[in-house]
Parts: sequence; structure tokens; C-alpha cells
Amino acid sequence: MKFKAKFIEERIFKILMITSTSIILLSLGAILGSILYKGLPSLSWEMISQTPKGGFYLGKSGGILNAILGSFYIAFGATAIALLVSLPVALYINIYRKKFSKYSNLVRLCLDVLWGVPSIVYGALGFSVMLYIGLKTSLLAGIIIVGILIIPVMIRAMDEVIKTIPKGLVEASLALGSTKTETAFKIVVKQALPGIITAILLSFGRAIGDAASVMYTTGFTDNIPKSLLSQAATLPLAIMNLVSSPIVEVQNKAYASALILTFIILFLSIISRLLSIKYTKNKSH
Amino acid sequence: MSLSINNQSNIVVENLNVFYNQRHALKNINITIPSNKLTAIIGPSGCGKTTFLKCFNRLIENNDNINVTGNFLVNGQNIYQPNIEITEIRKKMGLLSQRPYPLPMSIYDNITYGPKIHGEKNKEKLDHIVEFYLKEANLWEEVKDRLHSPANNLSIGQQQRLCLARGLAVEPEFILGDEPTSALDPISSKHIEQKFLELKNKYTIVLVTHSLRQAKKIADYVIFMYLGEIIEHGSVEEVLLNPKNQLTKDYVNGEIN
Repeated sequence: MKFKAKFIEERIFKILMITSTSIILLSLGAILGSILYKGLPSLSWEMISQTPKGGFYLGKSGGILNAILGSFYIAFGATAIALLVSLPVALYINIYRKKFSKYSNLVRLCLDVLWGVPSIVYGALGFSVMLYIGLKTSLLAGIIIVGILIIPVMIRAMDEVIKTIPKGLVEASLALGSTKTETAFKIVVKQALPGIITAILLSFGRAIGDAASVMYTTGFTDNIPKSLLSQAATLPLAIMNLVSSPIVEVQNKAYASALILTFIILFLSIISRLLSIKYTKNKSH
Repeated sequence: MSLSINNQSNIVVENLNVFYNQRHALKNINITIPSNKLTAIIGPSGCGKTTFLKCFNRLIENNDNINVTGNFLVNGQNIYQPNIEITEIRKKMGLLSQRPYPLPMSIYDNITYGPKIHGEKNKEKLDHIVEFYLKEANLWEEVKDRLHSPANNLSIGQQQRLCLARGLAVEPEFILGDEPTSALDPISSKHIEQKFLELKNKYTIVLVTHSLRQAKKIADYVIFMYLGEIIEHGSVEEVLLNPKNQLTKDYVNGEIN
């Protein structure tokens, strides 16, 4: 009897796991399939090498180079800002403070709350601050807001890796007479490097794909931004503009843009995997 | 190259109490650690031997909710005074932990890490340090052709000897061992024990061990701890062969563990 109950339990869980895995894989397939099916025919060199020409939004010639570049500028800038903040915080709560102290856990809780705040809220907050200080919609404002948006993501991703570093390794370094700072930057960063790289690329992916936070802060333009204070286009907003057009050719260009964005993110994931493998070799344990 | 041989190196512990999450982990420890001798701390698991050892280089403070009271005098200076430079204390105490933790870098860089953070920049001198201390830890012959390969490619026994060399390279006065042979195979253990016997002429060594065999073999002085207290201390003959206290007798006869 008992044997049979265990057997049925195993069967049920196996079926559940297969079903949920299939749902995920099928949705991924459906998304990739639909953007490939609709986007690939419209994907051309023109799409990625030119800015929108007159009548682009009515189905005439041109591309979305403005949005590709704008998105890269924003994602690179935001990632750089976020890195400057995130690495010290992640090291601070794990090395300077005790790993699981009340303080560190409070910081983690706050970061998780920030992670859960919808990006439109960051956009709205950024917009009201910009109104207050008189900054117009610009690349600079977008970089700052997206930077703030991805900081919690980056810190928590780094934190999860740094947390797993064995206490003995940190103690070994301290026992040699090194300070906490030397231990943090020379030993912990080195040991956690694969995870830190993954954290950076994960945040970059979040930065390049977010639409709501840049809507009010960066604006949209058909031109390539010339300075930090000029407006900039971004891929998610370009997709939104194109897909809401009633003209089918223009809609297909939205799918082509989505394809470009997906490829950028896919490329980043692969790079991060490769870098992780490369840097894992020097790791201790 | 001269080793820092200092016959004045001494440790005197007076009324040391450690509270760990309100638990009284070490109770009224009073002991003088003999200079240039190998002192073994023995006792059943959870008796506070590792906690006591971690007081020597203040690594104990890396735990949550720790409170240390009393005097811990190293060469006459209380190392728990607030104005003490903690890195200087730790530099004096070479630590060999239960499991080797090679730093995530090459064999060469593992040895030079300590000297470099303490200001040594001369490349020739660093090369010399690497060779000297790897020889000192009997590892040179095995690794001299691959000094720049990652240290974690070494076997666990080699890693432990690397950690010993790394610790010696900062020229400590004391060597602390926290069951340094417990993760090693018998031959690697023998290497380390042999090395300790040679090193005790130059350094004051404190070794936590739960192997009575090891204590008998290499120690000069033995401290027996039980439930956070020092029950008995003295020479190997006194403590291990002719224990006076009933608890020590029971432990030596294998009746408590």
C-alpha cells in the first residue's frame, strides 16, 4: 500500500514538472516564433544602419539606429552608475558588516522592496524631480533614472554570490594581516568575479529592455543624441510607437525591432555565460 | 634571509571571558603560553578550543553578538585595547585553519599576497621570499615549475602546506593551528606534524587538536578544556600520562567525547 502511494506521488510530481517546464518552453517558443515570423522579413540592413526618414512611421524608408544607439547609451551609462554604487554596497553588507546581521538583512529587505517597485513609478519620480530642478527630458535624466532602477537588481545579484564565499577564505586573508578593504577588493571580488559579471550583464539587460522609466525621462526623437542633454530614442519606446500604428508594414518593423532587442539580450546572456566559465577556473573551491 | 626569532614572544591570558549570543563560551581563562614551545589545546567538540584560538588573532570578532572581556597580553600588550592596530596583531599570528583556503590566485601570488600588503614591492626580494618559504614548507620541489598556475589545482595536502608557507611569509612570531591536519590524508598529516616539530624552535606554536595521538607526538605543553573552562594544563607527562583531574582522566581514557 505504502509503496503504491509513494509511486503515485512520484508520478504526479513528475507530470507536474513536465507540464510546467513545457509551459515555459512553449511560451518562449511562441514569443521567439512570432517575432521571428513577423520581424525577420522586415529586418534589413537599412533597419539597423539608418535613422527614421520622412514618412518612416507611414511605412516609408529608414531604420531605428536612433533607438539602438539611444538604448545602448542609456544601458551603458546606467550600468556604469549602478556598478559604482552596487559593488561597494554588496561588499559592505557582506564583509564590513556581518553577513547576516540585522543591519545587512534590513538593507536586503529594502533592496527587495525597491526591486519590486514598478518602473513607471521610477519614471514618474524622475519626472517630478526633473520638473523641480528644471532638467529637460534628456539622455542624462534617463541614465540616472535607469541607473537607480537597476541598482537593487545589481546589488542583490552580487550579494547572492558574495554571500556564498566561504568564511574561511575571508578569515585566511584577514589572518595574514590584510584590512577588510584589501580583503574585499583583492580576494572577495576576485573569487566572486563570475557572479559579479553575471550581475552586471543581468542589470544591463534590465536597463536596455525597460520602457516605462525612460518614457518621461528621456523622451523620444528621430535623431541620434549629440550630447547628454539631448533627447534620445530607446528600443522599447520605438517598438511601442511602431506597433501602435494601423499600417501593417510599420507594425512588422516593430517586430523587427523587437527581434533586434531580443538578439542584443541573448548575445549578452551568452557572453556572460562564457565569461563566467572563463573566470571560474581561478576560483578557490 | 633571517627569520624573526624572538625569545621574548609570549602570551599571557588573564580572566578571559567570551560571551557568544549570551552564551558563556569561555569562562575565566587564565594561562601563560610557553614561548618557543608547541602547546596543544585538547578537549571534546564544543568545549571552546577553537573559540579560544580565535581570540589570539581577534578573528572571534567576525562573529555576531560577541563580547570579550579580560586581558589578552601579547608581549605585554593587551590586544583587545581599542587603540590597537588589528592588522599588526594578525600579522604576528600565522593561522593554519582546518581546511586549506588558498586565495583565488596563483601559487606565487598566494605567497606574495601577505608581504605585498605589508609593503614589499621589490620583485627580486619577492621571488626570494616565494622560494624560501615554499622550501620551508617542503613544497618547493613539487611546485617550482608551475608557480604561476592557480593554487587550487594543488592537492589538498599541498594546499595546506601552501597555506603554511603563506602564513610564514609574513614573518609571524606565533603559529596558530586549528586542527590543521583533520582534513588531510595520513601522509600529508605527517608532513605537517614533522614541520611543526621543526618550526617550534623558531616560533611559539598553539595547536588545537582532537587527536590525543598527535598531542602526545608533537606537543610540549597541553591544555585540556571542557565546557569553556581550562580544566588542567601542564607538560605532556603531567596532563596526558598522569592526569590529576577526573575529567582529564576520563577524556584521556576515551570516556568523554
